[in-house]
Amino acid sequence: MITLDGLRKSYGARSVLDGVSLGLEPGRITALVGPNGSGKTTLIKCILGLARADAGRILLDGVPVDADGQYRARIGYAPQSPRFPANLAVGELFAMLRALRPGAEVDDSLLDNFGLRAEWATPVGTLSGGWRQKVSLAAAWLFRPDVLILDEPTAGLDPIAAGIFKHALRGFRAEGRTLLITSHILSELEELADDVAFLSEGRLRFAGPVHSLLSQTGMRRLEPAIAALLRGLRVETGAIA
Amino acid sequence: MNAVALVLRAGVRDLARSRWLLAYGLGLAGVAELLFIFGGAGNQVVLSLLNATLLLVPLVALVFGTMHVYASREFIELLLSQPLPRAAVFTGLYLGLALPLATAFLLGVGVPLVLHGAASEAPVWALIALAVSGAFLTAAFAALAMVIALGTDDRLKGMSLSLAAWFLLTIGYDGGVLAIVSMFGDWPLDRPLLGLMLGNPVDVARVLVLTALDVSALLGYTGALFRRAFGSLLGPSIAILALTLWCALPVYLARRRFIQRDF
Repeated sequence: MITLDGLRKSYGARSVLDGVSLGLEPGRITALVGPNGSGKTTLIKCILGLARADAGRILLDGVPVDADGQYRARIGYAPQSPRFPANLAVGELFAMLRALRPGAEVDDSLLDNFGLRAEWATPVGTLSGGWRQKVSLAAAWLFRPDVLILDEPTAGLDPIAAGIFKHALRGFRAEGRTLLITSHILSELEELADDVAFLSEGRLRFAGPVHSLLSQTGMRRLEPAIAALLRGLRVETGAIA
Repeated sequence: MNAVALVLRAGVRDLARSRWLLAYGLGLAGVAELLFIFGGAGNQVVLSLLNATLLLVPLVALVFGTMHVYASREFIELLLSQPLPRAAVFTGLYLGLALPLATAFLLGVGVPLVLHGAASEAPVWALIALAVSGAFLTAAFAALAMVIALGTDDRLKGMSLSLAAWFLLTIGYDGGVLAIVSMFGDWPLDRPLLGLMLGNPVDVARVLVLTALDVSALLGYTGALFRRAFGSLLGPSIAILALTLWCALPVYLARRRFIQRDF
């Protein structure tokens, strides 16, 4: 389980995360949603140690994450816009990732399911955006991590690959692992997510099960429920009212 | 194989297949070949190659290095999301940039020199000094490119800063030194000028090769001072020490930025 406790992060005078406290439960998929610039990517980067929080704590199974980054061996991450060294072959990239973690358990099922072995000798720079996304997802999945963090995971994937990946995610959840997903495709989140964390202007406006959000907003589906949250927020902050 | 070696190997494999790097190596070889065809004997070719090296190597290392760091941003994030120390990732990335660039320089300049038997016409020490200077300049300016690219996320600003640094160190610096000499000509300037010369890696590289070529007329004011102050044995050692420091300083700054910054 990942616990965020009072996380704060500013870039200069601009506060990006403002006291975010959130628990990501094992065996559940949490959808991290919010408008552009709400702090989603920064939150993910703080968990990964790519950005350092100004204040607050991040705990993995109750233990504060260490500065040397060894906890990242338990986390898989697929970024929003994956790019790899253009002239490196797909096989060379995966060989490097494996060699970086000698002795780690490897799960290369996504390599097979996505058909990536057929592209083993292809330079990554010549792959289309969808294929690069497959490479990125298979790389995040490679070590069967306890926690998987995915930023817009199905962006650019064809429907077959997206279906394969969603099926794999359900299996991942069934094994009691933790998943955090951001996506602007709310229908997809509705299909997958157990919990929702809604960020706006760096603050956590809602965190809880999907059914709680639906009942609070009086909506039947996630998309209008999120829209209702956004509208409520705008009224609250006076942006529209 | 440790993390540094793995990241380095990935960088070398990537850049070794890069069209830009191939063009750089072939371009240098083409310049050397033209100099042999039109430039005459070994000493003159080495001198002309020195001038090309002092202009081109810093420019390519800065521009290519800055572009490379920006293009590698997502790959850096992938590496940093692995359980690896940031210092190891930085070392692998820096060496993965500097080594292919230095190799392209050494092959681009070295192969024509060997093919034309330059060693029989020019002093071997001058050829070694040219190779060492080019390699050190590559290492120093590749590190400077990393300092710049890691200091700003604005790619246009980063490229502008790289070009400004190139202009300042290859052209502007000497202009500044000349201005100081003309303004304070009545003062004893020997020591300050030596200090100023050591403060620019391009000047140090120039003097290192020219002292090895034994062409006093081309040493210039600071070069002549340098030779007079340090002699022909101590001089090259001091020049190499200065070039080493000129590599170490930007590497240190880039490493510190890499370790401290948010990605």
